Amino acid sequence: MVCPRGAGLILKRREFLEGVADLAPVLVAVIPIGLLWGTLASAKGLSVLESVLMSIIVFAGAAQFVAVEMWQEPAPILLLIFAAFIVNIRHVLMSASVSRHIEKIPRKLHPLVAYLLVDESWALTERRALRKPVTLAYYLGVTLPMAFSWYVATGVGALLGRSLGNPAAIGLDFAFSALFISILMGFWKGRRTAGVLAASGGVAAATHLAIDGPWYIVAGGLAGALFAALAYDGVDRT
Amino acid sequence: MISFADASPYIAIAGMGIATYATRVSGFYLLRGLNVSGRFKAALDALPPAVLMAVIAPVILTTGWAETIAAAITAIAAYLRLPLAVTIIIGIASVVALRAVLN
Repeated sequence: MVCPRGAGLILKRREFLEGVADLAPVLVAVIPIGLLWGTLASAKGLSVLESVLMSIIVFAGAAQFVAVEMWQEPAPILLLIFAAFIVNIRHVLMSASVSRHIEKIPRKLHPLVAYLLVDESWALTERRALRKPVTLAYYLGVTLPMAFSWYVATGVGALLGRSLGNPAAIGLDFAFSALFISILMGFWKGRRTAGVLAASGGVAAATHLAIDGPWYIVAGGLAGALFAALAYDGVDRT
Repeated sequence: MISFADASPYIAIAGMGIATYATRVSGFYLLRGLNVSGRFKAALDALPPAVLMAVIAPVILTTGWAETIAAAITAIAAYLRLPLAVTIIIGIASVVALRAVLN
């Protein structure tokens, strides 16, 4: 090898771009939703600075929509913090799961990995881990454009201050469901998976109908994992 | 002079950020040092599809027929191994068409 460092860089560049390519269809939906959030935030009285700061510091779509819904002057600080925690509690399951696939990423960068862990990037990372080890380059490709788009779209929305229309009108609200369904199919391993999905989907739907708030994600996720543990037949699968 | 009311949005945002970050980083430490095998491994392996399913369950199971049928069409497209972007476009197009027809 004449130039191993250069070869490594080319590989990293390719992995980064693979991440960006996987994320691209998601960004098409994230940008209008970020614009919408910015306009709602400005209608509720958040300044452009506050909106952008929230996007950078919190960086969580669902939690930010809930926060804007509850926003008033002066800000109900403890309620807002509690709501953000509850809405994001699903991330505990996501980060526990993804922590098993990031051994190639240096441990000192794991705090950065955690900051960037939003639903869509998490799902794409799990999908990647089915086929290849997850490298830092791939992870940054699948997360950094997401973060940047969110900061800019929410900031522009806050600057414009008026809604550009409802994303539901053109079906963009369904983009995330479609993304998750198509990633979900990659985990399909026959009857065993059908049981996991039935347990998870059934418990999540029932919890959603019975209890207000985002508890259904944790309830469904744990129900699916519990089903897998109960159905375990002593054969370790990879 | 900065009053508490002026600072309250920034305190709230900082607190929300810490709460959110705590949920994202905690999972990294939950499994550290644990021997993951057998039944426990089976449960952890099931977490990604289970959480994905739980996130979308209210939309695809409790919203209406348009969303449920569109979800089935999307699942078929994904099963046929169409590229991610194509599958998402098919899903969005189906939900728009079905909402127009059914609502």
